[in-house]
Amino acid sequence: MTNPAKARVATIWLDGCSGCHMSLLDMDERLLELAQRAEIVYGCLVDAKEFPDNVDVTLVEGAVSSEEDLRKARVVRARTRVLVSLGDCAVTANVPGMRNPFGPGPVLERAYLENATLNAQVPTGAVPALLPEVLPVHAYVPVDVFVPGCPPSADLIFSVVMDLVEGRQPAVEGVARFG
Amino acid sequence: MSDEVRTLVIDGRDVAGASGQSILSVARENDIEIPTLCHLEGLSPVGSCRLCMVEVEGTSRLVASCVTAVEEGMRVTTRSSRLLAYRRRVVELLFTERNHVCSVCVADNHCELQELARSLGATHFELAPLHPVAEVDATHERFVLDHNRCVLCGRCVRACDEIEGAHTWDIRGRGTTARLVADLGVPWGESTTCTSCGKCVQVCPTGALYEKGRSVAEAKRRRPYVPFLVARGQA
Amino acid sequence: MTSTEATEPLSRARRRPVEPLLPEGEARASANVCQAAGCLSMQSDLVFEALRERVVAAGLGDVAVRRVGCLGLCAAGPLVEVPERGRLFDHVHADDQAAMDALVATLAGGEPGGRETSKEPFFSHQVKVVLERCGRVDPERVEDYLATGGYQALTQAVATMSPEEVITEVARSGLRGRGGAGYPTGLKWATVAKATSAEGKYVVCNADEGDPGAFMDRSVLESCPQQVLEGMAIAGYAVGAHNAYVYVRAEYPLAVKRLNSAIRQAEREGLLGSRVAGTDFEFHVEVRIGAGAFVCGEETALLASIQGERGTPRPRPPYPASRGLWGRPTLINNVETFANVPAIVQRGGDWYSSIGSAKSKGTKVFALAGAVVNTGLIEVPMGLTLRQIVFDIGGGLAGGKNFKAVQTGGPSGGCLPEALLDMPIDYESLAQAGSHMGSGGMIVMDEATCMVDVAKFFMDFCREESCGKCVPCRAGTVQVHRLLEKITRGRGTREDLALLEDLAGMMRSMSLCGLGQGAPNPVFSTLRYFRDEYLAHVDDHVCPAGACEMDGGDR
Ligand SMILES: Cc1cc2nc3c(=O)[nH]c(=O)nc-3n(C[C@H](O)[C@H](O)[C@H](O)COP(=O)(O)O)c2cc1C
Ligand code: SF4
Ligand code: SF4
Ligand code: SF4
Ligand code: FES
Repeated sequence: MTNPAKARVATIWLDGCSGCHMSLLDMDERLLELAQRAEIVYGCLVDAKEFPDNVDVTLVEGAVSSEEDLRKARVVRARTRVLVSLGDCAVTANVPGMRNPFGPGPVLERAYLENATLNAQVPTGAVPALLPEVLPVHAYVPVDVFVPGCPPSADLIFSVVMDLVEGRQPAVEGVARFG
Repeated sequence: MSDEVRTLVIDGRDVAGASGQSILSVARENDIEIPTLCHLEGLSPVGSCRLCMVEVEGTSRLVASCVTAVEEGMRVTTRSSRLLAYRRRVVELLFTERNHVCSVCVADNHCELQELARSLGATHFELAPLHPVAEVDATHERFVLDHNRCVLCGRCVRACDEIEGAHTWDIRGRGTTARLVADLGVPWGESTTCTSCGKCVQVCPTGALYEKGRSVAEAKRRRPYVPFLVARGQA
Repeated sequence: MTSTEATEPLSRARRRPVEPLLPEGEARASANVCQAAGCLSMQSDLVFEALRERVVAAGLGDVAVRRVGCLGLCAAGPLVEVPERGRLFDHVHADDQAAMDALVATLAGGEPGGRETSKEPFFSHQVKVVLERCGRVDPERVEDYLATGGYQALTQAVATMSPEEVITEVARSGLRGRGGAGYPTGLKWATVAKATSAEGKYVVCNADEGDPGAFMDRSVLESCPQQVLEGMAIAGYAVGAHNAYVYVRAEYPLAVKRLNSAIRQAEREGLLGSRVAGTDFEFHVEVRIGAGAFVCGEETALLASIQGERGTPRPRPPYPASRGLWGRPTLINNVETFANVPAIVQRGGDWYSSIGSAKSKGTKVFALAGAVVNTGLIEVPMGLTLRQIVFDIGGGLAGGKNFKAVQTGGPSGGCLPEALLDMPIDYESLAQAGSHMGSGGMIVMDEATCMVDVAKFFMDFCREESCGKCVPCRAGTVQVHRLLEKITRGRGTREDLALLEDLAGMMRSMSLCGLGQGAPNPVFSTLRYFRDEYLAHVDDHVCPAGACEMDGGDR
């Protein structure tokens, strides 16, 4: 660890709408308080290309929908001590999971063929392949803390992260709810 | 139902009820909360959701408090780690059985299932979702039935039958393929028995029945209206 | 047996072109040709006609050729028995001249052919009370039933005993319900007798028999329906009911037909109807046909179904004994339970309780199936060991395979391993071993059977048959089945195994009726005795029995 006083915190965005990250930012000035206790070592707001080693806490937003999501989830899990599923998409698959009753085929056709005005074709190769089912993160890798909500409130995210960096078991049960 | 007094102990508290009164009813009179879903005061109890199960001393079997009458000297426990774990599982089974996406649901923030999950501390599910293909019936001119959200509690069936007297609703099929049906399986809009009174919509605990034109989180029930509805049914 | 197999011979049986051959006076020898569904499906009706012709042609004037009910060794049908000479002929076909010759010779007093029943443990180890007349009487002739002492018990009861005396006798016999739970029959009768109702009471016979592979009740109804009706009438007299229903599943058309004909004949004889045996006791029986839902065998669902409602269970209490059909006190018993009653009344409760073990009295009928040499219908005294049933009566495992387990109790029963072969069969021992008596299905499995796969089979059944009313069973069976599917494909993890046990425990404690409460039993019993097989699937991705197809993969 570069700074022994500070916990190394990361965030990652799989198949979600970025709302959970927005909610994270909604903690406003408390971000400064957090910054005193934690160093954000990776995330959409940090200019780092590779997910680093030795991360204390990673907040995962989004469900696992594609092969790329799955690869990321595995990397993140391997390099993180406490993995947090943040928000309904990560916890239940939520909106991305709404394609599950139909499978990826019809979804791709709807998006790239039926609704395309120009150059209708289902992309291959350049974008990661969709998995047959959209699943929550813990369907693939062990998750330590679940924070449901769409999105979880800034207050809740703040208290969970502070609890974790200060070595407490975060209080989520009975507080957080789906939706 | 005679009115003899029955004294019993619920969660260590001495309480009294009338003979024939349910454990649930006595508990609620004494501000002891037991989670329920299929139960609605004023409708006949069916004991099907199993959330209200409690422990009774002297028997290893759990009993459904909504359909079990109090008895003299009974010792009831409504909270234990076992009951909590079981109730969470029931909620989990319901969430994973159909397609519940609270964030885009008309009932978001007004839903009994969603609130049960929160109050029971369910933060995630271990069971895989079944994600069945379930229909949305929007053929009625004022209401919508979304099977994706239905938990088969049967409250609409009983409200329609016991209060409105129409018996438009019933349940067809078996097991997890069971579905709510109007009449003998017609689209709701074509039902010849539905009086469009909207009682079913008011008693539905989830986002399965709602008024047309409602969007996400707008299906707030006029709950104070419900006791009035069902009180008429009892008279 | 599928319903199509059963209906086809039935349509032929409906013609009934040929009368039985009955000599004047005592027959010197008789050929009893089985006409229960199993043998009928192998054209035993044609065997009857052919044999009758041969006997007439041979001029055997003092020989009877009868249609009878089940002879027991169902898998070896069509069966013909010559009881006077203690011989059984199996695999008899109408065009098999050698078999016909042997039969005629046996009947004529020549060199007897066929199998010597007294020398075969399959027959000699059995004790018949319920099946006493199965294979001896023509199920469609009340005369046959009367000739073997039928309706003497009912006549004796209504004429010489008080209802209380009848109940005392049944209680003394120690008879327990044969529908599965083993509730003391005398106690149930006493409860219904005590219940008061200005609007009358009902007797209901549960003939829904939905366990996969079970056909005990079916055979009784197809072989000797009068015995069940007599038991019901005695029950009606004892509890004070004048109306009764037999609820039979639609898959049993032959049983329905024979029951209906039996009711008509008994009414004609004045043994059912408005003046039973010339007394003031009135007893009317009707048949109700169920749509073949397993859950409709559960008593409250069955009653709802008779009332024309959706067949779903309701919480008990109130029990049917106090609030049953149309809210009135109702006695509901199983086919086999009723079939035991005439003998108990006639020979006394003490006689009955002298058969069997300490807490499980009398006999039990089992449908012995699976990997044994002799499959079929057997009746044995309670307390016989599994080993005696599997190896003596069943003749051991077919094809020289090794024994692995025996499943009793149907979808809510359990699998018992080799170590328990010397366990006596009675309600308590079975329950203690994590299985139960159930209605009498007994499936023997050899080494080629995967126990996880067996658990999955029964869970699949429960998932299909769950009525959907309560959440733990409706969704729990589906989720448990999914986990078992995952494990049998070699994709399960230790976490899945833990989840499986947890969920199964929840279903057992939280479900509304016996279907959901019992559904986890096959899982629990296989986990208890064959956990290593689960672990092999999970840890090593192999099926030790070689029965499951593994597809590996990650997840
Ligand atoms: C799911 C389920 C299915 C059942 N099926 C049958 C059945 O097919 N036949 C039967 O006699 N009892 C069946 N039973 C048991 C009945 O509920 C009831 O206990 C029985 O008919 C009582 O008769 P007895 O006391 O003579 O056994 C079933 C129970 C359950 C829970
Ligand atoms: S019905 Fe309730 S639990 Fe289901 S999605 Fe809507 S809000 Fe969520
Ligand atoms: S529509 Fe609503 S009230 Fe009716 S059964 Fe479904 S969840 Fe219950
Ligand atoms: S346990 Fe199963 S069969 Fe019984 S009431 Fe519940 S859902 Fe129906
Ligand atoms: S509230 Fe009692 S079982 Fe549903």
